[in-house]
Amino acid sequence: MGDVLILAEVKESGLEKSTFELITLAKQLAKELEGKALSIVLGKDPTEAGQELRRFALDSVYKVQDPALEGFVPEVWLNTLEQVIKELRPQVFLMTHSPVARDILPRLGLRLNSTVTMDCVEVKVDPSDKRLLRKKPIYGGNAMAVLKCKGTPEIVSLRKNSYPMAQADGQVSELKELTLKITKDLVTQVLETKKRDIVELDKAEVIISGGRGLAEKEEFSQLEQLAAVLEKKGIKAMVGCSRPIVDKGWMSSDRQVGLTGTMVAPNVYIAIGISGAIQHLVGMVRSKKIIAINTDAGCNMFKVADYGLTEDYKEILPLLIKKLEETL
Amino acid sequence: MKELKMIVCAKQIPDPEAPFSAVSVDTQKKIVSVDAPDVINPYDENALEAAIRLKETIGGFITVISVGASLSDTVLRKAIAAGADELILVEDPAFQDIDSNGTAYVLKKTIEKIASYDLILTGRQAGDWDSGQVGLILAELLGLPCVSMAAKIELQDSHLLVERVVPIGTELVKTPLPSLVTVSNEVGELRYVSRSKILAMLKKRIPMKKMSAKDLGLETEKVSKLELVELQPPPDMRRQCVFIEGVNLEEKAQKLAQIIKDSI
Repeated sequence: MGDVLILAEVKESGLEKSTFELITLAKQLAKELEGKALSIVLGKDPTEAGQELRRFALDSVYKVQDPALEGFVPEVWLNTLEQVIKELRPQVFLMTHSPVARDILPRLGLRLNSTVTMDCVEVKVDPSDKRLLRKKPIYGGNAMAVLKCKGTPEIVSLRKNSYPMAQADGQVSELKELTLKITKDLVTQVLETKKRDIVELDKAEVIISGGRGLAEKEEFSQLEQLAAVLEKKGIKAMVGCSRPIVDKGWMSSDRQVGLTGTMVAPNVYIAIGISGAIQHLVGMVRSKKIIAINTDAGCNMFKVADYGLTEDYKEILPLLIKKLEETL
Repeated sequence: MKELKMIVCAKQIPDPEAPFSAVSVDTQKKIVSVDAPDVINPYDENALEAAIRLKETIGGFITVISVGASLSDTVLRKAIAAGADELILVEDPAFQDIDSNGTAYVLKKTIEKIASYDLILTGRQAGDWDSGQVGLILAELLGLPCVSMAAKIELQDSHLLVERVVPIGTELVKTPLPSLVTVSNEVGELRYVSRSKILAMLKKRIPMKKMSAKDLGLETEKVSKLELVELQPPPDMRRQCVFIEGVNLEEKAQKLAQIIKDSI
């Protein structure tokens, strides 16, 4: 038995897109391991998501339904998933490299006496021993490590945008419910959730990012003006930043581009006063056109940029805003 | 409440802010070398900053523990200069290629020697392998409640209030003592420690203990290690940069506007 189980993550309007990538990978691996491709969805009422999953020709779709599974409460989810895996006994367990995975998988791995590899971009089967070959970027993407690990199930989290999305092919699989003991006594308690208006940088057509080269928080207003001009012309433009700006508390973390922020690939990425630390570059290097503005001609950002300007952004931005208003 | 006994776990890594030109990959020997000085993992520095702030407000004692095959007290002394009280270096050649499970196991053994603590802090992940596992595994090994991705930590009566970063904003979580908290960069950078202060530290005797696997009574074969099958060079990120020229700023701005227009 070499079954492959995935956890389908759900957002307000259905399944997370990344789940479709997991399905693609699960089917590939299940074929090579001569096992089944299985999916589990957890929630207060995950029936709708379960129904959506049924259309992807998986071998089985399972759900666990309980009011305590609403939202994401780490302790509850961890205990539930541990039971799911003990019940279904997969050879491989896959999740998207999401905040849920980051919180749960290390602990789940330890409980199941297995070794987890986080943030993989490719997973294959070694034909000689049927163990997984887990490829993950290290040193901020400066090298790729291929690892083999001990323990069953083999547990991996998959970086978004690594596999093509599976298409629903009409074959309907059964939706089964697992009845488990859901934890109710919690050691840690969530007292309050503060929702913020979250900027979804990965939806932008143009991103204007600022870094350490900006001396004060207020200087971001010029970047916002530039974004506003583009918005006025019907272009989805957003302001982003590099990690030091979030560390200083000038911007919230949803605006951070990079390995620990959002990975983006807009049509145009404008990097202002960003020197180009590896962890930032990895997050934006897939952008179609990269424009760097920096007074230091030797900085790394120019090495990955299509166009460069070695001017003080404070002088060039007002002019650029004016020109864009005329040109667009 | 008496003073808070805190442990901060800190990893020594090659500077993750180093330019990518400083990184070379030997696919034959399967070694990555970085031509840059080692630093304390920046996320662990965030964890240390959180600990120092707690110490400033309510009083406390901070022990910094680092595990590695080859550690430099020159690098880690910065923690003392910034405000930690004690440094424990757990160093052993047997820790070469140690994985997250192995590191958490060694930390557990070290922490059991210290015996009493109220709070353990780690960075959310390390800037070399970016796995983000050690803190969470350590909590599980010690049987402690764990809150990940802290942006702010406060003590209230006999429990902690942790503001943690979640995709939709933040969550305020109440957790008892002792707990383990992993810290995100939203906490803020470690306070500035002047170079002269670090240099002065090098001359002073500082409260530092060194331990080996043997001192901890570890069976080194139980320390789990990475099985690296292959090491590959990164995909090439370089592009040919065209520097925009012009007689004045006005002309450069005009050219740039045209480029943006053509690229959208």
